[in-house]
Amino acid sequence: MSVATDAMLARANRREERKKIKGTDTDIRHRRGASRWFVLAGAVLVALAMMVPFLIMVLNAFKSPQDYSQNGPLSLPSELYTEGLVNFWQRTNFPGKLLNSIWISTAVAIFGAAVSVLAAYAIGIGKVKGRTWIVTLFFMANILPQEVLVYPLFQMAQEVGLNNNQWSIIIIFTVIQSAFGIYLLSSVLGQFPPALQEAAALDGAGKWRTLRSVVFPVIRPTVSVLVIFFFIWTWNEFFIPLVMLTTNATQTIPVALASLQGDRMMDAPTTNAGALISMIPAVIFFLIFQRTLTRGITAGAVK
Amino acid sequence: MSTDLRAPARASGSAKKPRRKSRIGYVPYLVPALIGFAAIILIPFGMNIYYSLHKWKGGNAPLRWYGLGNYQDLLQDEQFWTSFQNSIAMILAMVIVPTLIGLLLATVLFDVLGKKFGPRVAATLRAFYYLPQILPVAVAGVLWNWILNSQTGAVNVILRGIGIENPPNWLGDTSTALPSVMLVLIWIQIGYPVVIFMSALQRVDPELYEAAELDGAGWWHRFRAITIPQIKPETFVITLTCTVAALKVFGPIYVLTRGGPESSTLVPSYYSYLNFFDKSKVGYGAAIANVLTVLIIVIAVVIMALQARSARREEAGR
Repeated sequence: MSVATDAMLARANRREERKKIKGTDTDIRHRRGASRWFVLAGAVLVALAMMVPFLIMVLNAFKSPQDYSQNGPLSLPSELYTEGLVNFWQRTNFPGKLLNSIWISTAVAIFGAAVSVLAAYAIGIGKVKGRTWIVTLFFMANILPQEVLVYPLFQMAQEVGLNNNQWSIIIIFTVIQSAFGIYLLSSVLGQFPPALQEAAALDGAGKWRTLRSVVFPVIRPTVSVLVIFFFIWTWNEFFIPLVMLTTNATQTIPVALASLQGDRMMDAPTTNAGALISMIPAVIFFLIFQRTLTRGITAGAVK
Repeated sequence: MSTDLRAPARASGSAKKPRRKSRIGYVPYLVPALIGFAAIILIPFGMNIYYSLHKWKGGNAPLRWYGLGNYQDLLQDEQFWTSFQNSIAMILAMVIVPTLIGLLLATVLFDVLGKKFGPRVAATLRAFYYLPQILPVAVAGVLWNWILNSQTGAVNVILRGIGIENPPNWLGDTSTALPSVMLVLIWIQIGYPVVIFMSALQRVDPELYEAAELDGAGWWHRFRAITIPQIKPETFVITLTCTVAALKVFGPIYVLTRGGPESSTLVPSYYSYLNFFDKSKVGYGAAIANVLTVLIIVIAVVIMALQARSARREEAGR
């Protein structure tokens, strides 16, 4: 409170003070004029330092092994060498891995968001009994280390005939991701304007229709952020896919890339080309959804 | 909450029954989540506890009751203790250092560059800092594994090029492996606090700063008296999520060092994986995973309790 009053007082006094300050203010600005360039230079330098691994990767993805051993990692490629790329593409059957990753991540993103919306509707708007407990449970599920689940899940998948099957991954991550989705959406829906619900009820809308035509349109932006999150998280998932997807035909891009490590064929250009094309889908996705994403991270943080 | 209080007042006693019925009507919406939770989280967790009380080679081998033996063995296991010690290093690399650097970068971007050079400059730099975050961990690991490779890696090729005969074997030497892994983790992690702190700073009322400036408070003073307390909620969120992630870290270790050399980069999650799938000591691996789970839950609860206390104190202070 006191700070706010101070601020108001300050605003009232500002006009009177302005004249007095003006002289010194420009002085400060002059001095800052030079230093701000140093700050910019520092920030750019940090950005550059963080980009160095990416730059090195791009430089060496298109450089022949001889070129690399002669001129080192920092030189420009003397000629465009695409053997590494072709090598990686064929050895991993990259298009197949890409399809696997896209299919798994898309399915998880959609199913996960659907499960989250349904459950959050019951918790946030339906206010079902024991909802605090349910939300706490889902939050706990979200922070659990996957190691504690992986061996039983592995056994269970084998018993129901889903071993080395992508559906096992889809089901597992639908649940794990929606644990976060329910946690987030429940708190969003807990603050849903009651007036809207009452209006829907007066119109005689049932629960399903209220969800579909009143609640969902309002929370659609948050849900779309969730879909993007789930997609990227599942895309980047490593541990459970590594354990569950045991053959080449079912693996995702990260697992395929990691399993090529230590392979004799993995010379510098192949490694770099592999890393490069493995990150391209994630980067494209990031560029398309950058705005939504930053907003989403923010929403997740404050909620 | 407000609907709960208002509805009975308006519709008196007789309306109670249909209300309860209508609440039960919501239960079907919970069913998919509850079934999934039971099948994927609850039952496997229970099975894991059950496994941890046995000696078991996995697969079709017989389970042999071992009671709390696995847990007792853990206490004597040097590697187990090493793995948890390394968790502290992971927290340093994934929570403490990135949060401090991230706060500094976010302040610089928001306070100086955003205001003097325009929001575009700040947003562009932020995107650069954030880029490693969207990289699949396995890709980042493979890339760094090559960069730090002792023979063909970029760093050592450069070092040899400038005349250093025996550059260190970054990931292969017990004295440099852990610091190298930590460096990679810091690189991956920094973007996250930068993005969150920047949005936090946008939330702070600029009049607070103006008032302080007129009172003659310097930048550092304003930073400490206004910025730090104002962005506390976000700081807690970052601390909680990153600490949990640091305790769970698996991918980077698997791809960079596989816990080696000589367990110098071993972490609990990788140690339990090793016991599950490499040493065929399923019961023992399950016990490690359970200890890790308890530790994570305890730490998460402590951080959340601290957060609640600090929020309460703030309320009282007003």
